[in-house]
Amino acid sequence: MAAGTAYEPVIGLEIHVELSTKSKMFCGCEARFGGIPNTRTCPVCSAQPGALPVINREAIRHIARIALALDCRIAPGSIFHRKNYFYPDLPKGYQISQYDMPFAVEGHLDVTMDGEQHRVGIERVHQEEDTGKNIHAGESGRIAGAIYSLIDFNRCGIPLVEIVTKPDIHSPQVARSFLNKLKNTLQYLDVSDCNMEEGSLRCDANVSVRPAGSDLLGVKTELKNMNSFKHLEKGLAKEIERQIGLLEAGRPVVQQTVHYEVASGEVHPMRSKEYAHDYRYFPEPDLSPLEISQDFVDDVRTGMPELPSVRAARYVTELNLPEYDAEVLTSNRDTSDFFDETLNYFDDQKMLSNWVMGDLGAYLNASGKKLSIETVSPGQADQLCWLSPAGFGEFLAMIKDGEIAAASGKAVLPEMCETGKTAREIVEEKGLAQISDTARIEALIDRVIEANPEQREQYKSGKKQVLGYFVGQVMKESGGRANPRTVNEILREKL
Amino acid sequence: MSLTHDDVIYVARLARLKFDSRELDRYVEQLSGILDHIDKISELDLSEIEPTSHVLKLSNVFRDDEVRPCLSQDEVLANAPEVEEGAFKVPPILEAEEPEA
Ligand SMILES: [Zn+2]
Repeated sequence: MAAGTAYEPVIGLEIHVELSTKSKMFCGCEARFGGIPNTRTCPVCSAQPGALPVINREAIRHIARIALALDCRIAPGSIFHRKNYFYPDLPKGYQISQYDMPFAVEGHLDVTMDGEQHRVGIERVHQEEDTGKNIHAGESGRIAGAIYSLIDFNRCGIPLVEIVTKPDIHSPQVARSFLNKLKNTLQYLDVSDCNMEEGSLRCDANVSVRPAGSDLLGVKTELKNMNSFKHLEKGLAKEIERQIGLLEAGRPVVQQTVHYEVASGEVHPMRSKEYAHDYRYFPEPDLSPLEISQDFVDDVRTGMPELPSVRAARYVTELNLPEYDAEVLTSNRDTSDFFDETLNYFDDQKMLSNWVMGDLGAYLNASGKKLSIETVSPGQADQLCWLSPAGFGEFLAMIKDGEIAAASGKAVLPEMCETGKTAREIVEEKGLAQISDTARIEALIDRVIEANPEQREQYKSGKKQVLGYFVGQVMKESGGRANPRTVNEILREKL
Repeated sequence: MSLTHDDVIYVARLARLKFDSRELDRYVEQLSGILDHIDKISELDLSEIEPTSHVLKLSNVFRDDEVRPCLSQDEVLANAPEVEEGAFKVPPILEAEEPEA
């Protein structure tokens, strides 16, 4: 292909989500991240001969919620298959997964970027189980060059849902934005904690490029190992650049796995060995088929929480918030729940929105803490912010009623978040209460007028804009605590 | 016979099995016999019959999402040839893929 040709990337994502059920997919072992190695196993998930798997009902409810949220068609009948391969983190020698009869198909999720909507089709959503965890010991810590591996089966058998998109994504930015929206949706659904660093949300990508405007699909590679949103975007950009480089040099793109190296941000094509991908799928004889009735689907649908897009629409239509506010507020479930709950204590929704997006948002970003509508216990304080919806509502009401100046509020709020003290307590301790007491303000004004005879003359001679100067001086004298309205009124009289 | 020696060697390799040539001859014959039997079923008109994935007429056998006691670390590691830091110690993993030179 000639240099100078414009290329269009074609990207499909494969996302794995660990479900946050109490127990594993096919046994009663606790499904939780980390812990002392090999303390959460049983005959089923450690593959002892004769042990039999039984499907976790709650996992099926979870995947049904995911399928509905992605507007998928849930199959009335689906079955589990064995995917056979040998790897030390897979004690059975096969992973229980789904193959040609997945749980749900044909959905979509819309993402908005720079005001433009992109619809990303969902090919399929299926249920499977997670594998154990390898620690590759050796000099490099990477698989290649490891001296031996250590295997921990605590994660083995945790319910895993695989979501496969259609190749509808045409830029690394939209891919990132899609994954973000998907994560947000899954968090609203309460089906996973979606922690990319801990691996409860993982994303691989199928990538190809083609001349812009072409309908043909180029040869694709499978890009793996992007463990954050940032790295997904970076890895995709690198791989697209690599493929375009090959084509421009007149060389073919080879269908293969490409490994993204987090540390260097580079992509490394892997050479596939013979026999690598013959999984010899066959129906899992130890598990009965799933028959999903309309009643079951309706029941799951009834219990669905309000999804971010629906909630954003409600903010616009019922609360009269600008679309921008609605988008920002609903982009994180904790924040959005907190906003909703605070409305019970404070009814100026636009002022509330401004403070949540402004000062509170800045505090959360800087501290890395999250909001909770539940009472925060001291043990959670390193992750959760102390602020309660009732306390936040009271704080905002004090500003609105003129008990605290907005400027002082900026100092009060972070302290409420850090210490759990009420606004009233902090205002008293720091002497930040707004001065509305006429006598005190008069005294301040008298001092300021006396100190500025020249300006006073100007005002008297008709230069009314000097009033602003006086207001500023009085506010400064009061440490920002004087009630600006009272100051204005009294100043006009006195001058 | 519907299977070749190469077919059986391929399948054996996927299953990490190794045979001598006498065993190989035997398995070629036995596995071919199974496939021949399936060919026989294919002679029937089954167009009206749903594909069967399971022989029992059961569906939706579920358990409640309840945590049950686990094996102790000692128990699960009891048969491990080698153990380190509470984990199964295994030879370095030979990847199905390796970086291109
Ligand atoms: Zn188990």
